[in-house]
Amino acid sequence: MAILNSRSVEIVRPSADCLRPAPWLQLIVRVNCFQKEIAMLFRAIRSAARADRLCWSTRPPHSHPGWQRFYAATYKKKGPADPVNSSRKTSDLFRAKTSQDITSIASPISLKIVQVRSSSSQNTSHAKPPSVPSATFSSNSSNEKPPEKSNLLRNIIYGLVIAAASLGGVYYFDVLGGNKDDSKKRKPKSEAETRKSRPIIRNPISRDAFPEKMQYVLIGGGTASFAAFRAIKSKDPTAKVLVISAEDSIPYMRPPLSKEIWQQKDLPPADILSFRQWNGQERSLFYEPADFYMNINELGSSENGGVAVATGWRVSRIEPLTSTVFLKDPTTDEEFPIEYNKCLIATGSMPKNLPVFEKVWDAVSSQTILYRNIRDLENLWYQIQNAKSIAIVGGGFLGSELACSLGRKYMPDKKVFQMFKEPGNMGRVLPEYLSKWTTNKVIEEGVTVIPDVEVQVVQKVNNQVLMKLSDDSIVNADVVVVAVGSEPCTQLAEPSYLEVEPNIGGFLVNAELEARSNLYVAGDAACFYDPILGRRRVEHHDHAVVSGRLAGENMAGSMKPYKHQSMFWSDLGPDVGYEAIGIIDADLPTVSVFTKDSESGKKQLEERSDEKKSDNIQKETVPEVLSSPSEISSISVSEKEEKTEMKSNSDQDYSKGIIFYLKDDTVVGIVLWNVFNRMHIARQVLTQRKKYADLNELAKLFNLHEE
Amino acid sequence: MSIRSSSGPNDKDLVIFATKEDHAVPSTVTLPEPEPSPGLILSNGDINWNCPCLGGMATGPCGVQFREAFSCFHYSEAEPKGSDCYEAFSTMQECMTKYPTLYNRENNDDDESDPMKFENMEEAGRSSEQSANENLEKSVAKN
Repeated sequence: MAILNSRSVEIVRPSADCLRPAPWLQLIVRVNCFQKEIAMLFRAIRSAARADRLCWSTRPPHSHPGWQRFYAATYKKKGPADPVNSSRKTSDLFRAKTSQDITSIASPISLKIVQVRSSSSQNTSHAKPPSVPSATFSSNSSNEKPPEKSNLLRNIIYGLVIAAASLGGVYYFDVLGGNKDDSKKRKPKSEAETRKSRPIIRNPISRDAFPEKMQYVLIGGGTASFAAFRAIKSKDPTAKVLVISAEDSIPYMRPPLSKEIWQQKDLPPADILSFRQWNGQERSLFYEPADFYMNINELGSSENGGVAVATGWRVSRIEPLTSTVFLKDPTTDEEFPIEYNKCLIATGSMPKNLPVFEKVWDAVSSQTILYRNIRDLENLWYQIQNAKSIAIVGGGFLGSELACSLGRKYMPDKKVFQMFKEPGNMGRVLPEYLSKWTTNKVIEEGVTVIPDVEVQVVQKVNNQVLMKLSDDSIVNADVVVVAVGSEPCTQLAEPSYLEVEPNIGGFLVNAELEARSNLYVAGDAACFYDPILGRRRVEHHDHAVVSGRLAGENMAGSMKPYKHQSMFWSDLGPDVGYEAIGIIDADLPTVSVFTKDSESGKKQLEERSDEKKSDNIQKETVPEVLSSPSEISSISVSEKEEKTEMKSNSDQDYSKGIIFYLKDDTVVGIVLWNVFNRMHIARQVLTQRKKYADLNELAKLFNLHEE
Repeated sequence: MSIRSSSGPNDKDLVIFATKEDHAVPSTVTLPEPEPSPGLILSNGDINWNCPCLGGMATGPCGVQFREAFSCFHYSEAEPKGSDCYEAFSTMQECMTKYPTLYNRENNDDDESDPMKFENMEEAGRSSEQSANENLEKSVAKN
């Protein structure tokens, strides 16, 4: 398969009429010249395909050798890595004389060339030209990864192909003057005010652009919707899909908004937001760039179908009987109908507020953010620039992740507070001892954590938000983020006569995600029947992907029930990263297995045998003893003893392990704590619905001690 | 020797610390084989257009053209493979030139020259069932 011959050098410098800003497939200008290459490239797709890749996950594979380096680079105390500096590498590309030189540089990506050209004229963190909504440039800043021997050939091939694409891109952008707006300088600071207050962009502007009938109508423009239309188009290639979103962005992913986005120095404009992935690659926040989507006017007549996104529009109600959705025209306040064949409700959820804040909302709303979407990100980013102190109310996923990201980025210049009513971060998700251990890690990120408190009074004092807490302390902050959970957007339910679950919330759907005939619900807003775990509602990214995809497939003709269990993940700084699946609730009894290295294990045994409170602890020599908590001999634990236990537990090292959540002794949820690449095993365990005598035996299957 | 302790309200949270030696003893629990999920090519030889590996290629504005070209290539009997698909390829190429940024970006995402990329895709959030199989086989074999 090696193609390091004179012919391959030609690929690197294609002739003039071959030049397009082309994807790799387009290098094949004349099929008869490049047949071998086509075959190779398709073989490459297939081998890639076997590794069922989920393109939407931002989840870093922690066992990747580059991961540690990435963390070392990004999480150094000095501050986040600066993607702009990596542009130096591209100049090397131009000087490369042979194909081997090019491959040794590796991973140049054509749009990077654009950056080199414009960055030569200025030294600010330049913005990518607006006509390139999702510029991805390689940050192969440095000394990364010499390709391993087993992948050398593959690497060379890709290097050559990409090099050719890059040079093709150079020729196009540089010589043919492809892009117009690259000289525009974007200064985030001066834009702060305009970005905060810009009106929602409606597209299309007038209701006349909407068709009267549409094959597939998706209400909501988030992750579930995106997964759905991708599944629909896969099954039905010429499908016509209309996505109606109240937000004014095309579909984007939310998880980076509390994590990776904050690792950048400056915030790019809203339409070209991107972040640096775990592998160093810059990645667009948007699932697809703007030109993926069709203009709504063209959709009706397009013979190959397409996907159009209407932004800034709301659906006021649905009439399942007549298969019609009604949209509200904001200029006249009238309703107008669109008939559908299949409809999906993927309206997502909206952040909750606290009554103490609502009481004084007029006074504090300009400084209090209910964090959820891109606008909230912009709002928070620019407010922080001039703030000295930031307070986060809430100790769950969003609150803790945001606290860690902000603490890492802004301490010690600015103070970051986090306050919540649980005794530790993730207090409603993790068992108490682990929640407390995690809290210490959050504190290590620079956050001032105030647990066990509720905000009792909120006032605006001297341009700050003053919060009086239940422990009588007072916190003053310039910016406040309220992250106390979210509720599903089910405003459509009443006018559409759709059933809503009173306790869990969300539209009621069956296991196939159908609410009514031809009407489906996916994502945060769906209260669905899970055959393994019962009726539930899940507010995580992967669930939106899984349920969106399932709904899309069912809309396009399948009738599959919810089967593939979704997972979720969270990262709190460099020491805490976990993946979870199933029902994860701190109220459930748990059994956890943490790794211990043999030396400290022996030492601990010696210490324990000396302790007076050894009644609570058993030494197991044979791991077959039933491990349910009732079996362990224990005297009734008074509060004082419990506290001592907790204190000694906090000396424990909970850095790596697995937590099983049990309902009636059956495993209903699993958290893989700093253990990666084992989610498939966890998924298998869940589907078994078995009662295991000793969960330590089950834990062995996960090979916790290996990487 | 593993150490067990319990904490939390009503001692409901059991914690076990296990050393490598503890876990070296093979497990008494076995899990059944997972169902293999299809990759790009299904068991009957057809192309799985739903495969996440294709990214947006089969669903984008040039999705139909891509499918025709790729199907032609997949079923081609000519030598070398795909040489009889010139028409399909050039139609696809023509379509792709209309969306330069889109298909450039697809290029970037798909062909990042990170040599570990394809192995890593198995590790990202949802791993392929094939690797799951391998992992399970490994653990079962240890027993």
